[in-house]
Amino acid sequence: MITKRIFGNDRLTLWFLGILFGVLALVAVLNLATTPDSAFHVPTYAVALMGKYLCYAILALSIDLVWGYVGILSLGHGAFFALGGYAMGMYLMRQIGPRGVYGDPILPDFMVFLNWKELPWYWLGFDNFFFAMFMVALVPALLAFVFGYLAFRSRVTGVYLSIITQAMTYALLLAFFRNDMGFGGNNGLTDFKDLLGFNLQTDGMRVTLFVSSGILLAACYLLCRWITLSRFGKVLIAIRDAESRTRFMGYRVEGYKVAAFTLSGIMAGLAGALYVPQVGIINPGEFAPQNSIEAVVWVAVGGRGTLVGAAIGAIVVNLGKTLFTGWLPDLWLFALGGLFVFVTLLMPKGILGTVPQLLEMARNRRAQNAVAEKAPDAPPSADAPKGAGE
Amino acid sequence: MMRSLFLRCLRPLAAPVLAAVMAAAFVLAGLMAAAPAARADAAGDALALFASKSYDDIEKGIADLAASGHPQAIDILSALGDRRLHVAGDAIVFEDAAGTWHDALTGAALDGEPAGAKAVRANNRIRRAVDAALGQLTLMSADAGKRYDAALSVFKSRDQASLPLVRSALETEQDGKVKRALQQALAALTLYGDADETAKLEAIDVIADMGNQDALATLVGVPEPTPAMAEAISSAQDAIESSLAIWSGVQSVYYGISLGSVLLLAAIGLAITFGVMGVINMAHGEMVMIGAYTTFMVQEVIRNSAPFLFDYSLAIALPLAFLVAGAVGVAIERGIIRFLYGRPLETLLATFGLSLVLQQAVRTIFGPTNREVGNPSWMSGAFDLGGLTLTYNRMWIIVFAFVVLAILMVVLRRTAFGLQMRAVTQNRRMAGSMGIRTNWVDSLTFGLGSGVAGIAGVALSQIDNVSPNLGQGYIIDSFMVVVFGGVGNLWGTLVGALTLGITNKLLEPVAGAVLGKIIVLVALVLFIQRKPRGLFPQKGRAVER
Amino acid sequence: MSTRFTKWLAGAVLGATAMVGATAGAKAEDTIKVGVLHSLSGTMAISETTLKDVMLMLIEEQNKKGGVLGMKLEPVVVDPASDWPLFAEKARELISVNKVSAVFGCWTSVSRKSVLPVFEELDSILFYPVQYEGEESSRNIFYTGAAPNQQAIPAVDYLMEEEGVERWVLAGTDYVYPRTTNKILEAYLKAKGVAADDIMINYTPFGHSDWQTIVADIKKFGSAGKKTAVVSTINGDANVPFYKELANQGIAATDIPVVAFSVGEEELAGLDTSNLVGHLAAWNYFMSVDTPENAEFIEKWQAFTENPKRVSNDPMEAHVIGFNMWVKAVEKAGTTDPDAVIDALIGVSVPNLSGGYSTMMPNHHITKPVLIGEIEADGQFNIVSQTSGLIMGDEWSDYLEGSKDLISDWRAPLSCGNFNVATGKCGGSGE
Repeated sequence: MITKRIFGNDRLTLWFLGILFGVLALVAVLNLATTPDSAFHVPTYAVALMGKYLCYAILALSIDLVWGYVGILSLGHGAFFALGGYAMGMYLMRQIGPRGVYGDPILPDFMVFLNWKELPWYWLGFDNFFFAMFMVALVPALLAFVFGYLAFRSRVTGVYLSIITQAMTYALLLAFFRNDMGFGGNNGLTDFKDLLGFNLQTDGMRVTLFVSSGILLAACYLLCRWITLSRFGKVLIAIRDAESRTRFMGYRVEGYKVAAFTLSGIMAGLAGALYVPQVGIINPGEFAPQNSIEAVVWVAVGGRGTLVGAAIGAIVVNLGKTLFTGWLPDLWLFALGGLFVFVTLLMPKGILGTVPQLLEMARNRRAQNAVAEKAPDAPPSADAPKGAGE
Repeated sequence: MMRSLFLRCLRPLAAPVLAAVMAAAFVLAGLMAAAPAARADAAGDALALFASKSYDDIEKGIADLAASGHPQAIDILSALGDRRLHVAGDAIVFEDAAGTWHDALTGAALDGEPAGAKAVRANNRIRRAVDAALGQLTLMSADAGKRYDAALSVFKSRDQASLPLVRSALETEQDGKVKRALQQALAALTLYGDADETAKLEAIDVIADMGNQDALATLVGVPEPTPAMAEAISSAQDAIESSLAIWSGVQSVYYGISLGSVLLLAAIGLAITFGVMGVINMAHGEMVMIGAYTTFMVQEVIRNSAPFLFDYSLAIALPLAFLVAGAVGVAIERGIIRFLYGRPLETLLATFGLSLVLQQAVRTIFGPTNREVGNPSWMSGAFDLGGLTLTYNRMWIIVFAFVVLAILMVVLRRTAFGLQMRAVTQNRRMAGSMGIRTNWVDSLTFGLGSGVAGIAGVALSQIDNVSPNLGQGYIIDSFMVVVFGGVGNLWGTLVGALTLGITNKLLEPVAGAVLGKIIVLVALVLFIQRKPRGLFPQKGRAVER
Repeated sequence: MSTRFTKWLAGAVLGATAMVGATAGAKAEDTIKVGVLHSLSGTMAISETTLKDVMLMLIEEQNKKGGVLGMKLEPVVVDPASDWPLFAEKARELISVNKVSAVFGCWTSVSRKSVLPVFEELDSILFYPVQYEGEESSRNIFYTGAAPNQQAIPAVDYLMEEEGVERWVLAGTDYVYPRTTNKILEAYLKAKGVAADDIMINYTPFGHSDWQTIVADIKKFGSAGKKTAVVSTINGDANVPFYKELANQGIAATDIPVVAFSVGEEELAGLDTSNLVGHLAAWNYFMSVDTPENAEFIEKWQAFTENPKRVSNDPMEAHVIGFNMWVKAVEKAGTTDPDAVIDALIGVSVPNLSGGYSTMMPNHHITKPVLIGEIEADGQFNIVSQTSGLIMGDEWSDYLEGSKDLISDWRAPLSCGNFNVATGKCGGSGE
């Protein structure tokens, strides 16, 4: 019963998790067990790259939870991602210890050359891994909770909410750019050495991080799936589709929304925390409103309200970005911008909603007599998103 | 007391210059007869110094030339200031404003640029010396404007050699404004010269009456004040400082209004597309950018084919920018937005994609670098109003923003189109049944909003970069203004823009530019959570749209 | 139905993964690859695109001369898109996938900080062509732009001596280069006897566009009866509105001169400079430098870009110097092996475009002359001062608390980037 509750019996989930773990295992083995000359070798470069995609997929998942199921379009989720990243970055900075260029055992390099004499209070404790991990979750959660509590209590919805989430991440961007904040200003945090005593630059560590990202993605996916299928999730969907009616039926809508938003913030923060050691830098650029909007577009491309679609959208778009910026850098923005327009106009249900539809249409045409059956795992119906803009 | 280094440099020269400048004054007053040979020699020696590599030599050359009474000293010195003075072999030559080359010593015209001509070295110190020398030489000019400038430059240089000239100029001066400037120059010279205490005390009064920054600077630097003078200076200083403090408060508010007018311009198009129609147009900033690039194109054409029209370039660019941005707007509405009515969040994503495409398109066509958009002469410079320095470009932008707002108000409230527009946005079906072509009104409304963004671009091109990133810098602020003011209400947009602008500018001196902006953003987020519909919320059915 | 789709999806993912990996496979052995890591899109494209073009031109020129070690050079251009994590990713791609022998790239400090661990880990070579804040010396990075002592300090000296400036406004964008430069300048000015009251420091955000208040403050600060100058470390886009506001509020260079460290010919191309005549910039190269080497370079450059108006600037010269140094070092070492080339690079001396020779010092910085120019009406610089000798880049500033005891010397046996002369140990100033 419980396994069924968690894993579900739909094939999409099984396939998704199957492929995910298959790729994780395959890449790990092919990277570690083969020599670089081997035809099957997966270079470390590709491992780091895929690890990054997986972190983005988790971010997309967290957005899909609130956008796809509660109708909250947050254009500031990058802020939670970046805050989680900064918390991890602070831990990694403290790990450098006396190996910084100035050799100061406590202060990070940027503080030494700005003549800071002692560690600011908010940096205390970050030398402890567990404290840092606690903060990775707590800081985004706190921001999401306070922000969500204030916003949802006063019934800021739809477009207004989107715009103030953007203002929030923009304000954080400006704040983190300030050198006086003590987070390294524009340069951010970088030149990390090791994590839990293991050198970050070894292949083993990279694979570990990559696999951890995959596992976290799977865990987040299952959590989201469990939530959306639960009673709690049904209320969320009800809120998305008709907030006032749900309220009139006696549900404390604000409470549900704040809970979902906070959970989503924590997931984004965790994604950021895994992202930082893999790319090797965290800087205020991650707070840029444009990044948050891009993340929303991954979800739209993959298919809003489908969870798996969000993850696929993140991976597909970023893979495209990697390939395009290598081949035709000038055309990249045309392609990305065109994709946004194309998807919203012609594929409102995203890849996961549209591709099966097309396949079905093709099959129907081939076998005229066959009765078209509705897929059991079809994403929410097309008119669902209407609730969002109420 | 500290004394400017410049003065110290000139001091050894003061005596000969004094004598010689007297001579120059006579020359310029029209009392000159045939040029004595000695004078030509003095000019020749002075000119020879210009070939030197050392700025000290060149500076001495300037003073000597001014003193020599050379009939073309003014032309030569202005040429030096503009780097049109050249050394060609042994000769010093210059190119006049019309492009003809002259020999500096004889004034004879040359045919074409002499071979191997190299510009005489000049830096800011040389330019200052040139200004000071020209100030002396032009104190008697027939043109009142030039005399005024000359008086100002004497006031600044405080070159004691000008003292007799200023005195004699004062005797004949008729123009009130120039006369006052000359009196102030005389006062400054007196204070920094060796007059007696009574004269200096009087001079302090004259300068104190100016009441501005320059007066303060002059008073603070007075050398070796006697106790009585020190007292007069400190009380004058207090008076000036307290009046300046009041003015600086006024100034912050004015700067706030100016920033507010920029925000208003940027947001006003959005107030229509977003506020009235409910379309979240993330490509709004790019409409502004299109307007700015239209201005660039207009100026480019004018520069290449009709330079005399340059002062009218903005007037020409305004309707064009409106049309170009408006046409792009209509195309966007027809091609994308009309399929997305009722799905505001999808519009947001589609228009965001569109903004990326438009940015990259501009980058591909015009290149990634900033493009030069010039200020027409009436948009350049500044004037003083009390203790305020008002720059013309900012002032015109304030005026322009209000004019645009007023016109839009009239269009919305007093025209048939405005009526139809409001009807369609309030109740589409009903408007349709009344015979209004709703599709057509939608397109035109969106076109109007985009067109207004386009003319905002014309104005913003005067104060900001014209680059593909132009629109990005304004989009978030614009949304803030519209949401803060209350959607669908142009008055709200006005109040919102001015409030944000003034708050920002009042915070800036206290908290700094960055922190000020963060505080405003956070306050805004909190405000919207208090009043989700902004300052002036829309009432009635339209809210339920 | 969904099974079929997911199969397709699985194929696509694996295929793409393989593609990323497979690019590593194809490599020709008869060329030497040179990586070019400059943003071609995003906010930094404004500045960096030009440097990519310079590199392509230099490589083409070198190939016409027969390449290096008898092999042709092959440029590998990637676009890190002004995205700092992407810089690290692309650097890794260049080194481990494309197997380049050296990389020329980066502009902002943060992009250099982002790639530094990658170059150290994979042991490759980066030539960094932009003036920067110093306080860094990596075995794998060669800094061909100016350190603060090669730009800021000579400029301040010039203003003190030539213009008699006694009061200073240090205005900058709030990031690490202005912060460090201003810290160094503040310490330097105080050491020269300037009172704290005579120094005003101001920071603004990136892309700041409303300069009314700050320019009015500068004006006020400048009217205290002492000659005042502004030292500007304002970055990129914010400069245009800043200079426009200066000109409009009537601050002429003869009253309050502004000396800038980030404004060159490229930046002025977007500005009407007629009101800015006399404001200054300090660099190690100006397009207006009057030498045969420079004339030849400009001619080639304008021919290469097919634009007779194309300007050249200081970071371009830095790439010219860096590239020629690398070529010479590879020939000296007889191999492109990074370790050999890194050792061979120290002491290499090549002509710069201002008529002298620049030498790679053991601290991986180069010797350069310092030029001060005043803006002219045509957007060029009138060179008003040039240091008589060459100045060696000082990576660890003597004016900063944390770095005054540090030196860098990458020659054996010291081979240390942060040697502490006070404690005699390698590894910074800590105990």
